[in-house]
Amino acid sequence: MRMALTLGGALAGLALAAAVLSAVWTPYDAGQMAIADKLRPPSAAHWFGTDHFGRDILSMAMLGAQTSMAVALVAVVIGMGLGVPLGLLAAARRGTWVDEIVMRGNDLVFAFPSLVIAILITAVRGPSALNAMIAIGIFNIPVFARVTRGAALPVWVLDYIRAARVSGKGAGLISLQHVLPNIAGLLIVQATIQFSLGILAEAGLSYVGLGAQPPTPSWGRMLAEAQTMVTLAPHVAVIPGLCILLTVLGLNLLGDGLRDALDPRLRVPR
Amino acid sequence: MLRYLSRRMIVLGLSLLAASALIFSVTELVPGDPASFMLGTGAQPETLAALRQQMGLDRPLPLRYAAWAGAILQGDFGTSFTYRTPVGAMIAQRLQVSLPLALMALALAVAVALPVGLYGAARRGRAGGGLAMGATQLGIALPNFWFAMLLVLVFAVRLRWLPAGGFPGWSDPGAALKSLILPVVALALPQAAILARVLRSALVETQAQDYIRTARAKGLTSGQTLRRHALRNALIPVLTILGMQFSFLLAGAIIIENVFSLPGLGRMIFQAITQRDLIVVQSAVLVLVAAVNAVTFLVDLAYGAVDPRLRRA
Repeated sequence: MRMALTLGGALAGLALAAAVLSAVWTPYDAGQMAIADKLRPPSAAHWFGTDHFGRDILSMAMLGAQTSMAVALVAVVIGMGLGVPLGLLAAARRGTWVDEIVMRGNDLVFAFPSLVIAILITAVRGPSALNAMIAIGIFNIPVFARVTRGAALPVWVLDYIRAARVSGKGAGLISLQHVLPNIAGLLIVQATIQFSLGILAEAGLSYVGLGAQPPTPSWGRMLAEAQTMVTLAPHVAVIPGLCILLTVLGLNLLGDGLRDALDPRLRVPR
Repeated sequence: MLRYLSRRMIVLGLSLLAASALIFSVTELVPGDPASFMLGTGAQPETLAALRQQMGLDRPLPLRYAAWAGAILQGDFGTSFTYRTPVGAMIAQRLQVSLPLALMALALAVAVALPVGLYGAARRGRAGGGLAMGATQLGIALPNFWFAMLLVLVFAVRLRWLPAGGFPGWSDPGAALKSLILPVVALALPQAAILARVLRSALVETQAQDYIRTARAKGLTSGQTLRRHALRNALIPVLTILGMQFSFLLAGAIIIENVFSLPGLGRMIFQAITQRDLIVVQSAVLVLVAAVNAVTFLVDLAYGAVDPRLRRA
């Protein structure tokens, strides 16, 4: 259990550190081409080798971490910013038409496969990292609304909530002061899960050309560009894929570890 | 049961109505006029106006929606702007790839997840169980399109056992199946990892129940109780995930269809959007959403079959 938290924290921390560091420093200029050095395998000069334009893959992967994390983070913020208030509202007005409308609206968005939402949005607004954020964010809204409502409902029947009501507090204030702090742990865990799903989704969208556009490096586009090169120089495809795999794995382990640490009642029996 | 069924049918109808309105209005926001897209940049204004009128694009939005939705109710999905063929036939043709792909991927996911989940639950707290669950963590984090590229590299390029992409059609079933093997594996394994984890945690939870203790006290081994008693009781969460996965596999295969150049439904939507073939996008997305809703409905019905207690509710 501790191991999940440590390993997850280390992997996710490494990706985060690379993303932050890339804002001020990368080993090489990620856009700098050197055709004479193309498709070089990993070496002391280029730890991750070079791609078909001779660009340094480590520098590109570091900037790719920045793109992935920025997109996934904003998507989580969009999802939480709209989904959590909706879920709190539905729980506070449970059984009424407000609850019904919020939940049916959720079902409606949920019935659209996430990729189709993303494709529709990028078709309307054009492909870009920003639109990938919006597309993944919209998919996150019903997830957070559902989780929030589901977790808030049992809190609403507890004695101290009744006491708060008797003392004259309104539903909005109770939701903010008493319900939200009680379900915060669960929301943090869900946020790590959606964050890791966001990274996978961003990679997928960029891979089909709907995410970050050149010259912004992104793991998904690095993989798309590597596809034709994979037989000549497998490292071009293996490294961005490993970046995605290890980051998502780290975040998932971190989510599991946090869930156990924050709320022992949610612990999955081992 | 009958009341429940009729209520669910009404909800199903209403959500499809809402979904169709949403799809129609969103696709209307797509910039670019289909008529000018068809005629190209050098088109005369009169020709453009005539084509817009012929395609019904000059009518107000609510009227166009009513015409589209009304036609769909009669089984007419419209005619593709780009290919001038009925959209219904196009969807049916693409489903010949997408449906078998989704069903085979789902079957493979279940076939892998069932033993892994059972093993993980039986060997809970031991090295074997930990190893199985570690493998599922890796599977969940695996981007399926990257996995697909690696599969192509090994099985198509190096070993030359299977084709790297394309679909020859069902006239040669052997070749068709062969071309679907790698896409099915790429789609199924990450899903199997999710399914195995859900199954394992559901099994572990049911193992704490009194009837399991009774079964053990009667002399059944832990493996026997797991298979005969716990498994059936653990199926509800598994069914929920299966329903969601089927929808994902049907629509979310877009990326895998791209990797393997498969003419599936997802790829058709993708291409239709770039060609501004809005009628194809609208009808195909509606079919997908209807399929997702129908699967959710079937899963709800299956709950009753798996757990008799839910039939009375």
